[in-house]
Amino acid sequence: MGKKTIIPFGPQHPVLPEPLHLDLVVEDEKVVEAVPQIGFVHRGLEKLTETHDYNQFIYIAERICGICAFGHSMGYAETIESLMHVEIPPRAQYLRVILHELSRMHSHILWLGLAADAFGYESLFMHCWRLRERILDIFEMTTGGRVILSAVVVGGMVRDISNEMLADVRTRVQSIHDEYQQICNTFLNDSSVQSRLVGVGVIEHDDAVSLGMVGPFARASNVNNDVRSLGNGGYGQLSDFQPTLDSGCDCYARVKVRLQEVSQSARIIDEMISHIPDGDISVKVKGSPEAGAQAANTLEQPRGECYYYALGNGTKYLDRMRMRTPTSQNLAGMAQALAGCDLADVNMIVLTIDPCISCTER
Amino acid sequence: MSFASKSPWVIHYDASSCNGCDIEVLAALCPGYDAERLGVINTGNPKHADIFLVTGSVNEQNISVVKEIYNQMIEPKVVIACGCCACTGGVFHDCYNVLGGVDKAIPVDVYAPGCAVRPEALIDAIIEGVGILDEKAKKLKSAEKEQA
Repeated sequence: MGKKTIIPFGPQHPVLPEPLHLDLVVEDEKVVEAVPQIGFVHRGLEKLTETHDYNQFIYIAERICGICAFGHSMGYAETIESLMHVEIPPRAQYLRVILHELSRMHSHILWLGLAADAFGYESLFMHCWRLRERILDIFEMTTGGRVILSAVVVGGMVRDISNEMLADVRTRVQSIHDEYQQICNTFLNDSSVQSRLVGVGVIEHDDAVSLGMVGPFARASNVNNDVRSLGNGGYGQLSDFQPTLDSGCDCYARVKVRLQEVSQSARIIDEMISHIPDGDISVKVKGSPEAGAQAANTLEQPRGECYYYALGNGTKYLDRMRMRTPTSQNLAGMAQALAGCDLADVNMIVLTIDPCISCTER
Repeated sequence: MSFASKSPWVIHYDASSCNGCDIEVLAALCPGYDAERLGVINTGNPKHADIFLVTGSVNEQNISVVKEIYNQMIEPKVVIACGCCACTGGVFHDCYNVLGGVDKAIPVDVYAPGCAVRPEALIDAIIEGVGILDEKAKKLKSAEKEQA
């Protein structure tokens, strides 16, 4: 064995759209240990609750992360609604779920593209991103934004999506899903995909539980932790929801879980649009949270469970707004998966947790 | 200004963006907007790059990284601040860990506004950047001639 060397990885690295620094301790070509270092994207936005009241904070919450933007605004709004005991109209709940599941589709397809790029399959990357553009078109049609949608307000939605437009969304999602099957087939049947992913970055079920992993990363190790099963908000209206699980425990299993979740989201959108009730889309929220009132909320983001906590102080300004984001939960699992891998597999394993650094650091 | 004079290679760094602008930078290079048809290629090596696309504002931790990438780039070079945060700090301007726009760290040539910046605005900024790149190259040449 050679002597130990430390290779710095990032923060500027072609495979990462975001800055993450890893100190890779290597012996020859084997990674012995990976030490993540974060803090490049820290803005300190939780402190902005001191200068922004609970209504104004929603646009800060939406900008925690640009990929799960809608999810964060939805999770934040739900937390404040339970803090202030506000019941939102059912139509708003349905609309939120529809847009949230569209976000999940776009996030997973984006990730599949980045993963394809990481193992050197550039044309697959391009096809994934081409398909993703069509989901962004739906966002643009329904809310006016491509990335930051600004569709949620505390108490409901900013504006309605008409039933005709929803019918259009339904056919568009259907045709995106049809085209998606080709990409899906390539991921599942192409031998070059399998040879790069099978058996890479294995994390067993028990390790996944003890490391507290969340999201598709944990579900690929057969940990059933999809908080959508709890049926919060509009998810309670689903006729049937089964989390996508896989017992492969490797990078290939993580790809398969995300592949299936895209189809699952398409089905949820279809069901939601077919059952959406008519009616108001928001209620007026007046007053301020009581002093000492606390509320907690969980939401299944594309990357896993995100936990929100709010503490009121009797004014319009919150005393504390706290989020625990999925990637910060998964970093320990990533470090474990990296230990013992080949140096050439590092970028693949880092990507399979779908790191979202701006969520983690806020 | 002719944008066909160069195929600008770009390097992208996320200073402290929320990701929104980063995925729009990538979306601008991918099918749909396809800036590659204008010769724009994404590179990971600062020495290969002509245009530096920075998203997000600078903070204490990343200001040295931004400066390092800028210093490693070969003249002539152009910096494009992508999105509101990179231009001024955006909604995060009064966060304790945000120093402000990218121009607090390095000279910025083109400001592309938007939250998140739209791919159209980015392509527009890149084309404007190529014009600035041409002017900078001319100045460099005439300076070299004077020296000789």
